[in-house]
Amino acid sequence: MYALQARGITKTYGGVKALTRVDLDVRAGEVLCLAGANGSGKSTLIKIISGVETADNGRIDIGGEVVGTPSVADSIKHGVQVIYQDMSLFPNLTVAENIAMSARVKNRSRVVRKKDARALAESVVQRLDLRLDLDEKVENISVADRQLVAICRALALEVKVLFMDEPTTALTWREIDSLKGVVDQLKLDGVGIVFVSHKTEEVFMMSDRITVLRNGEVVKSGESSSFTPQTLVEALLGYLPSDDRQLSSRSTDATVPSLEVSGIGRDGIFDDVSFHVGQGEIVGLTGLLGSGRSEIAEAIFGKLPIDTGEIRVAGEPHEIRSVVDGIDAGIAYVPEDRLTQGVILEQSIESNIVAASLDKVSNFGGVVDRKAVSAAARSVIRDFGIKTDDATNPVKSLSGGNQQRVVLGKWMSTDPKVLILNGPTVGVDAGSKAVILDILRATAEQGAGILMISDDVPELASVCHRVLFVRRGRLDGELDINEVSQERIRERLAQ
Amino acid sequence: MSAEVATSLGVTEKFGTLWHKYKGENHETALLLLILALLGVIAIVEPSALNMTFVGDIIRSGIVTLAMALGLLLVIISGGMDVSFPAIAIFSGYATITLMNSRGIDGAIWPFLVAAFIGLLLGSLNALFVARYRMETLIASLGTQVIIRGVLLAFIGSVYISTLPSQLDAIGGTSIMRLGNSPVNVLVVPVIVLAFLLSWMLKHTMFGRSIYAVGGDRESARRVGIRVPSVQVRIYLLAGLLAGFAGMVHVVLSRHASPFELVGTELNVIAAVVIGGALDSGGRGSVKGTIYGVVLISLVQNSLVRLGISSYWHILVVGLVVLVGVAIQAQAASREAKATRILESTEVAS
Repeated sequence: MYALQARGITKTYGGVKALTRVDLDVRAGEVLCLAGANGSGKSTLIKIISGVETADNGRIDIGGEVVGTPSVADSIKHGVQVIYQDMSLFPNLTVAENIAMSARVKNRSRVVRKKDARALAESVVQRLDLRLDLDEKVENISVADRQLVAICRALALEVKVLFMDEPTTALTWREIDSLKGVVDQLKLDGVGIVFVSHKTEEVFMMSDRITVLRNGEVVKSGESSSFTPQTLVEALLGYLPSDDRQLSSRSTDATVPSLEVSGIGRDGIFDDVSFHVGQGEIVGLTGLLGSGRSEIAEAIFGKLPIDTGEIRVAGEPHEIRSVVDGIDAGIAYVPEDRLTQGVILEQSIESNIVAASLDKVSNFGGVVDRKAVSAAARSVIRDFGIKTDDATNPVKSLSGGNQQRVVLGKWMSTDPKVLILNGPTVGVDAGSKAVILDILRATAEQGAGILMISDDVPELASVCHRVLFVRRGRLDGELDINEVSQERIRERLAQ
Repeated sequence: MSAEVATSLGVTEKFGTLWHKYKGENHETALLLLILALLGVIAIVEPSALNMTFVGDIIRSGIVTLAMALGLLLVIISGGMDVSFPAIAIFSGYATITLMNSRGIDGAIWPFLVAAFIGLLLGSLNALFVARYRMETLIASLGTQVIIRGVLLAFIGSVYISTLPSQLDAIGGTSIMRLGNSPVNVLVVPVIVLAFLLSWMLKHTMFGRSIYAVGGDRESARRVGIRVPSVQVRIYLLAGLLAGFAGMVHVVLSRHASPFELVGTELNVIAAVVIGGALDSGGRGSVKGTIYGVVLISLVQNSLVRLGISSYWHILVVGLVVLVGVAIQAQAASREAKATRILESTEVAS
């Protein structure tokens, strides 16, 4: 019994084939993992099935009924629900109204009542055993809670096929566990679930079958048990990258550290944090979501100025009260949410690349030199392997992994003394990840000190000289260069 | 841990919670306080000015602004901007009078419906450009505004009509009550009824909620199955209809018809809506806030008259009020965004 069958789906964007004759089978009561690198066509396939985009060719059957090429309304009517990667919520509406919205649209309600929306939302939240403030606006809740709201909205309707596009990116382990519980319940109810994820551990934990897309084509499909983590990554990329521990060669310890913080604190968020990052050293900073790890990074950069303590860059004390101070001191920061904080989506790739180093491409009078901009952009595009044929295209035309490279390139162009990265590979596939980690090693070798905030254990173990742990806003131990390993980091995080 | 937090709550936080509870969806309470403060200033500077006549004047001068603001409110909530409504309003009002005069027909109620219908037709022009050709709303309405004015002056007429048909003119002279020396025209009633209807529609109909959804995030709206172009078409038709009606109210209240009026008042109306909490980024705003906004602007203009300040100063002062009002709204919005910086799921860490 198939919950959904797609046959021969083909989609072309301006001459570029995004999908070529893709077949997808989702059985009722199973979890199918749709795996694929950035730009492999996963999102396009989901959008075609949900009716947001229309295929050039192909046919879709939902629950045994021929639907052909559905519109959004058709697809929802037949019980297809999608939890989008960007969550697609309404920031200006309450949690309850967000959860009730798709049900209202489907029921073709004309008059709606707040009370009904609240009752519906409450029943979904209770069924999933979650805690959410239903009357708060979505713009005022945390990213993790927004993810839960998106999940609740999808389950507020009777659902036959559920697509989850990287639903765990913003969730903590506890929430992922409760999500797993929800998924198990849905399986019993006969729902076909399609799970999109980059995290191989999760793929094996969640899925019954795996279908792998590469460059818009299905390259492999089968039971999860027929895959190993290695064969999965190989199918995804077409080759096998290494995630062995591989450290950049550090310069001697005798030199002045790139970054020293002593006793820094900010009221109610973190306190008494002291550490240093040597020149050419990559230091990992990890801890649970909400431990204060991101806030410490933002404080050093000046986004969230410190109340107490001292920050030294290359031996010089700096009073960093704002982002401008941070940049002046020689600190670069690559934020966690690259889409909202790191790039200007509508602007061209080259404008984004030079955005933080405009003084380098301007002449004496402060006029930007177009030729210098193109040259700077070209070298970043080459060094970072950004896939584009035209640097004047908007950044939003790039896939997620390539956008992340643009952000990295932007900050590398400023020749920072200290580079702080927050989740540098969140949401990018294994191939892009390997490239990004190589770029970090190369940057470190040129003498920059790198502070990397991450909860990706293999990545920390692969690239960091040392790893620091944050717990409830305080530093709580460190692993030195001889101690860092995936097992040791997991142990410390689980404590 | 939570107990610690609770005891460390200072006075400011307590006030903050209280404020959070009463500030209203779009900071309407702040606006109300601002209005009261202004009244306080007038009470000190010129206590004799505060009487019922003053209230009547504010209502009279605010009524046309409110009628136009209601249509604009829909557009702004949906994330758009419209500057064509004064042109639509005066076109509809003036064309209806011209029609009545040329045919020699008279009426009291139906001319309002005809004007509203003309407004709806003109609104369909905006709808076409915005929903079908996906033009930027402000640009589309700048274009239609010029076209509509051009057609009005070239084809309908450019002369000042000093007397309205008698039955219609009688409406302009009918008041429901007197506040001090100031008569309150009967047309206040339909405008207030419209305001109530619109408020109900925005809160309790799927169309109303879809407008907020489209303004909040258009792509998300599309993804839950809301047909965005259809919502936009209805918004611009309704906005046109309201503008057409407002145009007739203006003509009847001023008891003459001039094709050169209303145009130029768009900034006052936009200001009223924006001060009322409808940020131009879309997704927020309410009828209540808009009414406060209209009252505030009308209050400022009238008190300047009362305080004997030269009319040359009015534009400057209104400009300042607009700036302050919008700044308060923008500040409040950004402060709210900052206030959400909380440690996410602290209970996991403990």
